[in-house]
Amino acid sequence: MDPIASHSLDFFDGDRSVNSKTVARSLTNRILSGVCITLSLLTMVPLISIIFLLLKQGLPLLGAGIFTELPPAAGMTGGGFGNAILGTLAMVGIGLAVSAPAGILSAIFINEYAPTSRLAQTVRLVAKLLTGIPSIICGVFAFAVVVMMTGTFSAYAGGLALAVLMLPTILLTSEQALMGVQSAYREAAYGLGATRFQTIARVVLPDAFPAIMTGVMLAVARAAGETAPLIFTALFSQFWAKSLNEPTASLSVLIYNFSTVPFPHQIAMAWTASLVLVAFVTLANISAQTIFSRKN
Amino acid sequence: MSAPEKDIISPAGYRPAPDLFKILCQTASLLTVLMLGWIIYEIIESAWPAIQKFGFDFMTTSAWVPNRERFGVLPFIIGTLASSFLAILFAFPLGVAIAIFLSENFLSPSIRQTMRFVVEMLAAIPSVVYGLWGIFVIIPIVKAFGDWAVGTFGDFPLFSGPAYGNSLLTASVVLAIMILPTITAISRNSLASVPKTLREGAYALGATRWEAIFSVILPTAAPGIVAATILGLGRAMGETMAVAMLIGNSSRLSWSVLSPSGTLAGLLANQFGEAQGLQVNSLMYAALILIGITLVVNLLGEAVLRYTQKQTAGIR
Repeated sequence: MDPIASHSLDFFDGDRSVNSKTVARSLTNRILSGVCITLSLLTMVPLISIIFLLLKQGLPLLGAGIFTELPPAAGMTGGGFGNAILGTLAMVGIGLAVSAPAGILSAIFINEYAPTSRLAQTVRLVAKLLTGIPSIICGVFAFAVVVMMTGTFSAYAGGLALAVLMLPTILLTSEQALMGVQSAYREAAYGLGATRFQTIARVVLPDAFPAIMTGVMLAVARAAGETAPLIFTALFSQFWAKSLNEPTASLSVLIYNFSTVPFPHQIAMAWTASLVLVAFVTLANISAQTIFSRKN
Repeated sequence: MSAPEKDIISPAGYRPAPDLFKILCQTASLLTVLMLGWIIYEIIESAWPAIQKFGFDFMTTSAWVPNRERFGVLPFIIGTLASSFLAILFAFPLGVAIAIFLSENFLSPSIRQTMRFVVEMLAAIPSVVYGLWGIFVIIPIVKAFGDWAVGTFGDFPLFSGPAYGNSLLTASVVLAIMILPTITAISRNSLASVPKTLREGAYALGATRWEAIFSVILPTAAPGIVAATILGLGRAMGETMAVAMLIGNSSRLSWSVLSPSGTLAGLLANQFGEAQGLQVNSLMYAALILIGITLVVNLLGEAVLRYTQKQTAGIR
């Protein structure tokens, strides 16, 4: 055997310490990978548990009546939560009517008109800070502005609280959407003699529309599930709402109220309401993502 | 400069009409900015009687007796901090592990896609549903664990008995699950933005996958992960419904993680509905403190995140 070959053989097989070190390193590597994968898969446990319980506890009561009847009084059985579904829709609608125009117009200003202006930078910072504000603060604000002024809990107060909650989401996603529009489109529009407004209305907004709708749907999904802003602005009601200026039921507050009472039927209904709420929120999220992916 | 500005079409001078749409958009932007100011102003104004009456003592006393008009939120401030730090303690290792899992190629892309979906679903589930789930799933588990822990480590103040189901630990466990998506998403982004060349360099020097992760990838992504953790902390502090349903809402101070506690957000959720007179002002004061804490935490997180983006922009 020539000396070089024997030397290299010696290098690979003879030196026990190098070899065992390599084995140890590769073993550590495998163990860490295993730990990482296990920890990651562990997060599936709560989700599976939640979905399983939602279906197991929520499905038995799910029927047509649940959508059309009024909540049962304490200790009674039967009934549904039609008024709560209607209340949630009404308040999310009010929130959307306030926050969507404000958010989208602000996004147009900070992306199309004056992206580097001081106002635009302040708007971005404020929007970031508003996303970080606890949702219950939106409720406190609406309580101070509407409930203390008018002297009554109302759907308007709940709607305002949700509007504050939705505004930053809509604003920031709309800004991202507008940023995604290629500047060549704008330049082409200007080149054809279009004004600023014509460019925005006829070229930029149509192109950004799906992405803006994604943001709006995400905001709707989040607002529909929120309880904290509604709990002391809209309060709750056992009856069908006659106007928007009176205490209004919502799905999320119904879940909260019914989850803490000692009556099995009410608790079962809280699960059914949770199932309906999660289904609605998931649907809104999925539709948000499909709108967006269709564009790409 | 003035020559091109002059209108060349008609000598009379052409003045464009004011861009009404621009003014509309500008007004909307101004309103957005004023919104934050308005929120803070309204809350300060409604809290003013309580601020005047209690001053700084409000934050350092621990009595909450509405019918005697004695209010102090120290236990709730401590409860807010304790529950969210405990939640971070649970969520940080999990969140970083998932972020690494999502940015590495351990398993097939379809499994990673599923994991991403799972994390997004966790973010989408409403707080109140977590609360309901916590009541029926986590409370029994924590109660059983608590009984065992009191028996085993009962002398240790953190586990002194008796063990309750509605406790700081229960709230923290559920909070940890709730803030997991925040930590995971931001950490994953910063891991994904570590340049490929760094990883390849480490591999070329003979590093194993985890040596590369620990010595090159995690240090590079560290500021982003720190930002993710801080923003997760901010979310945990503001989380209301699940905590209010699980923590027991007690104003008694205790060292034990197994005894009931309370948070600022939970206090607001529980008492605002039927509060009267000075109690409303005091709750507004508590809300103001909550805004203060979360704003500081979130500003810090944003600052770290911005610093991170600057740093990684330098590497690229």
